[in-house]
Amino acid sequence: MKKIVSLHPSPFQRFSNFLYSHPRIALLLLLGPPMLWMLGIYISSLLTMLVQSFYRLDDFTGQIVRQFTLSTYAQLLTASNLDIVRRTAFMALAVTGATLLIAFPLAYYMARYANTRVKALLYLAVTLPLWSSYLVKVYAWKLILAKEGILSWTVAQLHLTGLMDWLLGLPGIGGPSLSISPIGIFLVFVYVWLPYMVLPIQAALERVPKSLLEASSDLGAKPPKSFRHVTLPLAFPGIVAGSLFTFSLTLGDFIVPSVMGNSSFFIGQAVLSHQGTSGNIPLAAAMTSVPMVIMAVYLLFARRLGALDAF
Amino acid sequence: MSTENPVAIRFKDVSRHFGDVRAVDRVDLEIADGEFFTMLGPSGSGKTTCLRMVAGFDNPTSGQIFLHGQEVSNLPPYERQVNTVFQDYALFPHMTVLDNVAYGLMVRNVPKTQREKQANDMLDLVRLPGLGKRKPSQLSGGQRQRVALARALILKPRVLLLDEPLGALDLKLRQEMQVELKVLQGQVGITFVYVTHDQEEALTMSDRLAVFNLGKIEQVGSPSEIYESPASEFVAGFVGVSNLIRGQVAKQITGIESTFSIRPEKIHILKENEKAPQGTYTAKGRITDVIYLGMYTRYEVDIESGNTITVAQQNLTTTGGKAVAAKGQIVNLFWEKDHCTQILKKIASE
Repeated sequence: MKKIVSLHPSPFQRFSNFLYSHPRIALLLLLGPPMLWMLGIYISSLLTMLVQSFYRLDDFTGQIVRQFTLSTYAQLLTASNLDIVRRTAFMALAVTGATLLIAFPLAYYMARYANTRVKALLYLAVTLPLWSSYLVKVYAWKLILAKEGILSWTVAQLHLTGLMDWLLGLPGIGGPSLSISPIGIFLVFVYVWLPYMVLPIQAALERVPKSLLEASSDLGAKPPKSFRHVTLPLAFPGIVAGSLFTFSLTLGDFIVPSVMGNSSFFIGQAVLSHQGTSGNIPLAAAMTSVPMVIMAVYLLFARRLGALDAF
Repeated sequence: MSTENPVAIRFKDVSRHFGDVRAVDRVDLEIADGEFFTMLGPSGSGKTTCLRMVAGFDNPTSGQIFLHGQEVSNLPPYERQVNTVFQDYALFPHMTVLDNVAYGLMVRNVPKTQREKQANDMLDLVRLPGLGKRKPSQLSGGQRQRVALARALILKPRVLLLDEPLGALDLKLRQEMQVELKVLQGQVGITFVYVTHDQEEALTMSDRLAVFNLGKIEQVGSPSEIYESPASEFVAGFVGVSNLIRGQVAKQITGIESTFSIRPEKIHILKENEKAPQGTYTAKGRITDVIYLGMYTRYEVDIESGNTITVAQQNLTTTGGKAVAAKGQIVNLFWEKDHCTQILKKIASE
């Protein structure tokens, strides 16, 4: 006969019985380590940084004056700093828009049409770039986009060099070659952040039952209407999640602009140089708060659109 | 019927193959206008595929489908005047109940005030007044079912397709909804095509039904025709419980070597020494099992020639555990000749 209740429980059994009858302690054990990490390391360093942004650097002594002041934030409003913010935000917006345009059809195909094998292959294809180092990818692109690189060569073979020169001649986004221009930065950003847009959208579309589209069609909606009224609203949380990734990753990145860019800084580069070279920690901290504010506004906006309501 | 063409739906030699699988295999069928028609069969028998081909979610591999005389075989769903109630209801989770019901009108650009008024009327019709502002997730299964009905009926289709709509509901609610659907069909006066695997549901609701098996229709008829005179062994076994008597056993009892079906409740039990009336079929056997089932008691009887026959006796006079006969007893069975149906068709399993 099998024993149903063990009369001499092992220490492990006793421990799990204890947890079963004390759910609060079990919860504490579960949440303790992550909360400790979040509060102790993540949130507190964020707060420290925010405090720093309310100090200022004394221009004469090069010392940080630890007194509350808004003067560091006032420095953000100088023309050159505003330029950096505008440039970065515009780039983040453009990258988000472009990744969305590329990612949505791919995600849609994966969720709606691909069979299991093709889907697995596409998953692999989408995530494969994440397996190699980010720096390797960026420098690989530097070579691809260089004036003597394969892209220029292909363009020349297609007799489109004129078009390329025109593109590079555009003020604001052009440059001496693709590898030293905002267009180049844009291309590399779109490449490196694409998986972060595809996967959430694909997950959102995957959760939309096929019968909903059939119902829409059954009730007389032609495919464009079904898309607008059923598919898009239900994919929207995925789009928001994906764009949060691409937007915030672009806002904070300093490697791609410094490898591919010209002398015009992005926020990440500015932060790096202020806290490193010039030792202006307060200004670096104030600059860092800019992407945070932008993201907060973006999240509030997304919430108002109902993108964060789980249903 | 006021329509000139009394045939609402016609299948002409329709097949649907999925690779090597013949989901629907050369089906011919006519469904009359205003009829409550049920497609009954086990899962994988082709009934749902047939319904989906009427809706336009699936197209026939060969053959033609006509709706009110017009061929629709390859028309997309949004160009067919039929609406569907889905098995999982398929309510749009991001819309309110009212917007769900008004969806078909919204798609047709009916002005907001007008479509909301109509949607509210539909919600009254399905007895859900005042729930328009809720989201589908805030409703119970039965309520969602009604919303799905209201949404499908708002476009006043001439044919309503229902794909196992009561499958997810508990028994009590299901029985209530069966009656309600039947009443609703009378109110709106349109053709209902109902897909189910529940034979009791099919018998309860339908004017006529088709029994599907392996992609083919085994029999089409009224509930009593299907139950009383099953055309095949499959129908006899799938719709209700049936005793099948074959070959030599059948010859001993009826004098004909063939297959016969006899329903358990049509068989009478007599004690060993009692004589069966003249002009009936009889068999002698030993009771191997007695199962008390409340409304009736079921007896398993091993007849002399080797078959087991199931007999159901309503508990009219017996009470408690007392049965008319006990396990192990020898009994005489008899039944009226015309209660016994000769089955000419074999199981369609070629």
